[in-house]
Amino acid sequence: MWMWVVHRVTGVAIFFFLLIHVLDTALVRVSPEAYNDVIGSYKTPIYGLIESGLVAAILLHAFNGLRIIAVDRSTWALRHQKQLVWAVWILFAVLMAPFLWRHLGHVFGGA
Amino acid sequence: MTAPRLKEPQIPSGRTRHNAEKWSWVFMRISGPLLLVLIVTHLFVNLMTGDGINQIDFAFVAGKWASPLWKIWDFVMLVLAMLHGFNGMRLLINDYAHRAGLRKVLHALLGIATVVIIVLGSLVIWTFDPCLGTDPSLVPDFCKDLA
Repeated sequence: MWMWVVHRVTGVAIFFFLLIHVLDTALVRVSPEAYNDVIGSYKTPIYGLIESGLVAAILLHAFNGLRIIAVDRSTWALRHQKQLVWAVWILFAVLMAPFLWRHLGHVFGGA
Repeated sequence: MTAPRLKEPQIPSGRTRHNAEKWSWVFMRISGPLLLVLIVTHLFVNLMTGDGINQIDFAFVAGKWASPLWKIWDFVMLVLAMLHGFNGMRLLINDYAHRAGLRKVLHALLGIATVVIIVLGSLVIWTFDPCLGTDPSLVPDFCKDLA
């Protein structure tokens, strides 16, 4: 049930980000200055945190999507679907930790 | 013994949907794992390698799109992600917009947004000019040889 909510909420968030992301990338067709200006603002701490949330949403949506496919396709996965929810969160945590380490390092300076 | 065959459900216009919802489901199942590979690679290359987000500027994009592989990569990612998102949002509208009029309006807005973003994004990828603009410090080095 909660993963169903997570899947919907992350899906909507990713969709709206995608609209914005295509629009900001489209600035490469306007001028290098316009693109660099907007992307420059993405390198600030506040955007760095928003980007981290976005990457988190993408990873959760992706791994939970794989879980849904597995549960639909195999009775083993269906029987173990609770453990697979744990697998989604563990995989998520294992990938988010190094991502946050590096990305926040870039955003907050230092690395 | 066989089960009695049901008449196909009809939508008000009289057209039949010909398994449209099944194909929508199949599309999500195929595009999902593809998008996982496309997007995780995209995030890794752009945010984890080199200087991460600090390396991203016009010259970085020009460098990537100098290779047809990344153009095709980004194009496939754009189209699949927009269609996957379009279909997901369509299902959410069906679930939460109960009034028929509202549903129609939201579906129309969603369709317009999807077409506009796919067309705009495709034009940007396929008409990209790496030597655009007047400031030589912002474009890749090879633009000097072309000038």
